Amino acid sequence: MKAGDLVELAARNLRESVLRNSLTTVGIGVGVASLVAMLSLGIGLQQLANRRLERSGLFDTIVVTSRRSLRGFDRRPQGNGPPPAESRALDENARLEIARLPSVLEATPDIRFVTELHYQGKPQLTMVAGLPPSAGENDAFENIQGHFFSSGTADEAILQIQFADDLLGVHPKPGDPSPKLNADTQALIGKEITLSYAERMPSPQTSADKSPAGEKSGPPETSPGAANGAGEPAAASFSVVPREKTLRIVGITDQDPDGIRGASGARVFLPLQMVENLHIMLPSGMRESAANFSNVPSYLSLSVRVKSPNNVESVQDAVKKLGFNTFSVLDATRNLRRFFAVLDLFLGIFGSLALTVAALGIVNTLVMAILERRREIGIMKAIGASDGDVKKLFFAEAAVMGLVGGILGVALGWSIGRVINIGTNIYLRRQDLPAENLWSVPWWLVAGAIVFAVVVSMISGLYPAARAARLDPVQALRYE
Amino acid sequence: MTDKLARPGAIRTEGVQRHFRMGEATIRAVDGISLDVAAGGFVALLGSSGSGKSSLLNLLAGLDRPTAGAVIVDGRNLAEMSGEELSRYRRLRVGMVFQAFNLIPTMTLLENVELPMRFAEVDRSRRPELAREALVRVGLGARLAHRPSQLSGGEQQRAAIARALVNRPSLLLADEPTGNLDSRTGGEILALLHELNAQFGMTVVMVTHEQALAERYAERLIFLADGKVVADQAIVPTSRGGTGGATGVPPVSGHGQDGHGTPGKVTL
Repeated sequence: MKAGDLVELAARNLRESVLRNSLTTVGIGVGVASLVAMLSLGIGLQQLANRRLERSGLFDTIVVTSRRSLRGFDRRPQGNGPPPAESRALDENARLEIARLPSVLEATPDIRFVTELHYQGKPQLTMVAGLPPSAGENDAFENIQGHFFSSGTADEAILQIQFADDLLGVHPKPGDPSPKLNADTQALIGKEITLSYAERMPSPQTSADKSPAGEKSGPPETSPGAANGAGEPAAASFSVVPREKTLRIVGITDQDPDGIRGASGARVFLPLQMVENLHIMLPSGMRESAANFSNVPSYLSLSVRVKSPNNVESVQDAVKKLGFNTFSVLDATRNLRRFFAVLDLFLGIFGSLALTVAALGIVNTLVMAILERRREIGIMKAIGASDGDVKKLFFAEAAVMGLVGGILGVALGWSIGRVINIGTNIYLRRQDLPAENLWSVPWWLVAGAIVFAVVVSMISGLYPAARAARLDPVQALRYE
Repeated sequence: MTDKLARPGAIRTEGVQRHFRMGEATIRAVDGISLDVAAGGFVALLGSSGSGKSSLLNLLAGLDRPTAGAVIVDGRNLAEMSGEELSRYRRLRVGMVFQAFNLIPTMTLLENVELPMRFAEVDRSRRPELAREALVRVGLGARLAHRPSQLSGGEQQRAAIARALVNRPSLLLADEPTGNLDSRTGGEILALLHELNAQFGMTVVMVTHEQALAERYAERLIFLADGKVVADQAIVPTSRGGTGGATGVPPVSGHGQDGHGTPGKVTL
């Protein structure tokens, strides 16, 4: 018998006892739905965790500090580098060198300083941090009011909500709920704020803007970090000039960007490139200047972003070889993945239990069908159906039930997922937490669940099909 | 002889036995029957209940296997065939008609008649036409879309005959085809079988209780009792199809009674 006829006969047989077969099919559907629901919950949670971790920037970021800073995170010199006083300065040249390492996306200086800002004439003292354009992906700016910096050099500022409240004169008492973005804070967007800072200027005789073209032609006696400005005296001197800059408030965030080390604790964020161009006198610069008297900016620490968490280790090694201390949160994601693999396994086992019950339903339905269709099987054999044809027919019926049940189950599972997701988000919103998508039904789960349902159904059909094929036509056709 | 045996529809059984085990006892349903039926013959198997006539028919149909002996149809021994070969034999060589009609109640007549063609893998596009042809041939051209339950017994049996014919078998086996019909309708059915036998030249072997009808249409009557042939007689050709009976009709009324005919093999 050809496959087309097989499916046609199977479908017609299924239609004949439509109630029983539908109930069985719905049983499979529920089984598949529970499996899909469990697994997509597992996958969704895993994706949520991964997304959060990736966006937090914790796992693909290496913090590089100079050994001179004596502020290595483990307080011990890493590797066998030279003593702190002789090790390299973490300056612009080092930054460029690190940025050129393989797998490094960017190396940005952590610029963070305390300064005064003026808003409507009133001074506010706070911590200011520069943010690279890539920080726009950080989850702190996911629910930003307004928008992220339009460019790396824009004269713009993003405020942290607490600072915004300070500007508005709102002073929460201890125990008050954390401040929220609202219409008042919205009103700040577009307003101007004045940043006071100390510019570090080269000594008057070289005060003109140095052209970067002169960088490579520095006199040999200057230190590598001081190759700045042709014809400049070896020991550059500089002055510190107080300055003001007017910035436009473009966004307000209610969160702290945790992953961006240089920015944590800051209340006002500025575009990094713009801040760098201001040549602000930083404490680290002060110390470096005392040792070097170079005009090359140097940094307290750099944040190095790598392509993926897998690259962290190799980049860390490479940076250490350059003579710097590094720090990263490593291996945490690996453990996390193991946890989710186990979670998926357990969710899958619980989901499969329902499918097992459904499979028994198929066995029952088909065995009943054999009893009911004894005569029909006998007739089919008498007019030429082989044992194989009968077996295949019952198989096909099981497979069709599995297929329909599988499709039904995926749809049902997907709907359950939607409902749970909506419910969770309503709950999250009540708790004043941002909405999350903790539900994911990837295409392979859809295809896999349907195939699985068909396979399970066919396995369930094995015994009934063999029994039907074994049926003795003479017995079946005996006139009653 | 070999040529004759190999002709489509020629049947020979050689000492064929079919025994059933019922607990301790062995029932000898068919107990050493040797027969020759020429291709194109019309044979009636007569006998009381339990005489083994239906068991013999099932052996000829390849629905059952003999305990011993050979059943040779178209030159091939069914006893030596695999299950797959037997189903192929049933599919292409044999058409069966039953007392209970055995149409599939959920299918229309057309679908019922198409069913054997599904198993025989007849080209899908040709099936409706062939099925319609067969139904027209048995006089049911106006009932193609009816279900069996909407038809009279005689019509159902005609449909069953159409189904048996549709794959053009060389052998038509009928198990009490008139058993569920009134005598007039039964006569019509046998007349139809007789016509088809004459028209297509297929061998017809029919099990029946109704000796009178058998005498009218069959060429040969074989009487069975206790799994053995007790009488085997040819009907005088001139009397066939008429109202008259055969000469020397044996009264088959009991077990173990020897028939009056000539026992053993008779070749037509």
